[in-house]
Amino acid sequence: MLQSNDTATSDTVLEARALGVRYGDLLAVTDVQLKVLRNRITAIIGPSGCGKSTLLRSFNRMNELVPGTRVEGTLYFEGQDVYDPSVDPVEVRYRIGMVFQKANPFPKTIYENIAWGARIHGYRGNMDDLVESCLRQAALWDEVKDKLGQSGLALSGGQQQRLCIARTLAVEPEVILMDEPASALDPIATLKIEELMQELKKRYTIVIVTHNMQQAARASDYTAMMMLAEGTQAGTVIEYNETETVFLRPNNKRTEDYVTGRFG
Amino acid sequence: MPRTTFETELKQLKDSVLVLGSMVEQAILDSVEALKKRDISASQKILDADKLVNKKRFEIESQLLILIATQQPMAHDLRLLASCMEIISELERMGDYSKGIANINIRMGDAPLLKPLIDVPRMAQKGADMLHRALTAFVEEDIETARAIPVEDDEVDALFNQVYRELMTIVIGDPATIERANWLLWTAHNLERFADRVTNICERTVFVATGELAEINDTDSEFWKPQ
Repeated sequence: MLQSNDTATSDTVLEARALGVRYGDLLAVTDVQLKVLRNRITAIIGPSGCGKSTLLRSFNRMNELVPGTRVEGTLYFEGQDVYDPSVDPVEVRYRIGMVFQKANPFPKTIYENIAWGARIHGYRGNMDDLVESCLRQAALWDEVKDKLGQSGLALSGGQQQRLCIARTLAVEPEVILMDEPASALDPIATLKIEELMQELKKRYTIVIVTHNMQQAARASDYTAMMMLAEGTQAGTVIEYNETETVFLRPNNKRTEDYVTGRFG
Repeated sequence: MPRTTFETELKQLKDSVLVLGSMVEQAILDSVEALKKRDISASQKILDADKLVNKKRFEIESQLLILIATQQPMAHDLRLLASCMEIISELERMGDYSKGIANINIRMGDAPLLKPLIDVPRMAQKGADMLHRALTAFVEEDIETARAIPVEDDEVDALFNQVYRELMTIVIGDPATIERANWLLWTAHNLERFADRVTNICERTVFVATGELAEINDTDSEFWKPQ
């Protein structure tokens, strides 16, 4: 069971110390030091294949679903070692929710998309109220309130992604991990997701992986720059700073080359 | 991987800033030369040239805005574009000091100079020289030079104080000279401000190269130092 200790009230929600991830013999991520701060949006940027998604998935033990995955180093969530053998990965995953690149609503009604997870996690309150509250938080309520019985798959791409966010909220997570949540969306749907993130961060802590540097610059408070560690094929965080620093005066030359489009 | 198109445009942009700078540099020297020779038609040409300075500034500004809108500059590129925006605005105002001196010459009409101009041309020469080197340092991102130039502003301030004291001495001796003294005092004041603005350009050079936004020489005298 994950238990909070004294550091649970600190500003740090997640902390990676020398965190590495292996897929079999392949070292994908190495030596990541990172503190994710409460009620802030942390963006992880970097070129393809540098381990952004792998790192993100290690935050809620989603990587374990891939056979042969091993994690090195330590990851603390509210001061507790997430990979301690006594910790139940299912509990980790509902306290640290995830939204994926491609919206993946269940082939069920809009209502059930939200109610289902909550019911499994033993929610005993008024389900109608929960569904409305989650849809409102995901800025989707006004668009779907008259068709809650319709299939979630009948919504537009942007609406489906917000439905997935609403579904994540239904199990009352503390952290929301977003893996390229807007990469398949048009600019208007993208903007809605970004505006939504600003609302959600008042109650949740958000970590977002994005290929879109402008999105990281617009939407995040902190930015972690990932690149392959020198002389290896494993990604690591080479610079982690306030977003404005990363985009105005980065400390690392490789960060500078990446954010100014001269990478490679 | 170089961004060839963008980098070519950045180079053109820097060249344009240098062109604007040399127009402003020439104008300040010409304006004082015209006053020294009491050449009204030369001063008239300065007024016409200032219109070209303003036009060039707007051209560069729209070039800058297009680059910002189309290239999404970040980090060093962003600092460079933001600094160019600031510098062209400084240059345009520096051009206005030449216009001010040209207007003084025109308004003086037939009145002779109150005294031969010695320190005033020195101020112009020093200011023009500082500007020239400051812009070279800017395009080369030479922060050592950029940090050194503002210290030279003290020489211009000293020349201004010298001119001020001489003119006051004349005015005290003969209060009827006050208007002619005032014309020269305003000329010197324009030149003093011209050199002050070179410091602002140097600060931008440091910002582009390092990301550090700070005043370099805060001994800058806004008007004159208490004696």
